[in-house]
Amino acid sequence: MDSLIKLLKGNARLSDEQLAVMLGTTPEDVAARIADYEKKGVIKGYNAIINEELADKNSVTAFIEVKVKPKKEFGFDELARKIMEFDEVDSVTLMSGSFDLAVTLRGTNYKEIALFVAQRLSSMEGVISTSTHFVLKQYKEQGFFIEQEAADERGFVSP
Amino acid sequence: MIDYDKLISEKCRVMKPSGIRKFFDIAAQMDNVISLGVGEPDFQTPWNVRQAAITSLEKGKTKYTANAGIAELRTAISRNIEKNTGVKYSDTDEIIVTVGGSEGIDIAIRTLIENGDEVLIVEPCFVCYAPIVSLCGGVPVSIQTTAETEFRLTPEMLREKITDRTKLLILPYPNNPTGAIMERKDLEAIADVIRDTNILILSDEIYSSLTYGSKHCSIIEIDGMKERTIFVNGFSKAYAMTGWRLGYVAGPEPIIRQMLKIHQYGIMSSPTVSQYAAIEALENCDEDIAKMRDEYDIRRRWLVKALNDIGLTCFEPRGAFYVFPCIKSTGLTSEEFCERLVYEHNVAVVPGNAFGDCGEGYIRISYAYSLKHIMTAVERIKEFLADLDKQKTGNG
Repeated sequence: MDSLIKLLKGNARLSDEQLAVMLGTTPEDVAARIADYEKKGVIKGYNAIINEELADKNSVTAFIEVKVKPKKEFGFDELARKIMEFDEVDSVTLMSGSFDLAVTLRGTNYKEIALFVAQRLSSMEGVISTSTHFVLKQYKEQGFFIEQEAADERGFVSP
Repeated sequence: MIDYDKLISEKCRVMKPSGIRKFFDIAAQMDNVISLGVGEPDFQTPWNVRQAAITSLEKGKTKYTANAGIAELRTAISRNIEKNTGVKYSDTDEIIVTVGGSEGIDIAIRTLIENGDEVLIVEPCFVCYAPIVSLCGGVPVSIQTTAETEFRLTPEMLREKITDRTKLLILPYPNNPTGAIMERKDLEAIADVIRDTNILILSDEIYSSLTYGSKHCSIIEIDGMKERTIFVNGFSKAYAMTGWRLGYVAGPEPIIRQMLKIHQYGIMSSPTVSQYAAIEALENCDEDIAKMRDEYDIRRRWLVKALNDIGLTCFEPRGAFYVFPCIKSTGLTSEEFCERLVYEHNVAVVPGNAFGDCGEGYIRISYAYSLKHIMTAVERIKEFLADLDKQKTGNG
């Protein structure tokens, strides 16, 4: 992976100037490369890594396995695109293995999510079955430790 | 009553404890101290290396090995040195697997040095050379390098210190604490001075894989130098394997044969589990090394710029994971600077004079930390400098 993308994934708030120093180039070059990545759609956006528990005690996240029966002219893509239109849906991913679509949902309570699955998702054409898993605790999110910083176990050793 | 003092040897009694220690002791007692002090990688040992160690334990590889190390490992070391330098060492007669690079340094000096022998030590440098030389009855002769020559050893400095009693030159590049490197042309100039003497070189290249912007050049690559060099390297820095305590020495057979006796009596054989892990490291970790180096390089570039920006000038270090900024502009000594920085702004760094008198006026900052950590620490150093400025103007 390009070092610039790696740095942005670690901290998207680094300035072009800082990134330029780290990469041994000019801020103009960094700005141009980022603009190019944005234009090409390599970089889709920038968001913060949030400890949901601290940010909003009431937020509930669920991970839903969806099994799909694709039909002629209405395959995985069509269904996935329909699902992703809902605001409650955080992510939709096509998976290999025992189910087809992985959907993450965010809501303010368990009931809201359960109803969404029951009323909106299960009833969709092509959906064979769903299996809902509620997130109990985040440990690591996009490379960041959520609960605490990684402990530095190095002692003060001399020489 | 036992009088312990009377029993301690004079040579040990006068030995000074490491200068790094003092600041670590202060830092360890305080809360909220962030450190830029340590000299070991922040990365974990690559997983496949840990797995190789676990597998060796599962297979019951828990006995002593051959004194010089497992044959397969020595072969891998020989191949690795050849790959990196083009120089070939016999895996049966010219290599010993040691307990870290440190043991290699220790047994090399003990094999060569006795009463009155002079050892040239290029300073600032790692703190262990002079005490071991003294313990052997030798005389440490420091060669003081300076920021003007980017802390490189020049032939003039070397020539000035050579006497009839000089037996060994310790060449510590890439350098801890300065981050200085010696390029091929620098080494050739040193080789020209050494070539017609009977002086040996102990080349401590433990940071060789952490060289930025160019490929590391070893003194053994220079014409006529292999036969007069004891080459020390290891796994601690390159593979983030400090706790495994594993390194190696390579050198001329007549010297290695003698060193092996000390290793045999003192150590028997290096840790077996670490040796099996090291084979995996040498054979399958080139990509991991490159990744870690790239990451250090990003931090290095940022840190050098940031320190220069806040008024602590430093030359661009090209090796290891240290920056060695000058703090003379503050009017403080290295120790005063470090002591006040840790007490007043809770950042632990190491005073430059811990690495030799010519390190006075400098501090060693390690970038074996995450960018976020380094940025926070530099912010605190900046506040410290602003405070110092305020006090100066207040007094003036």
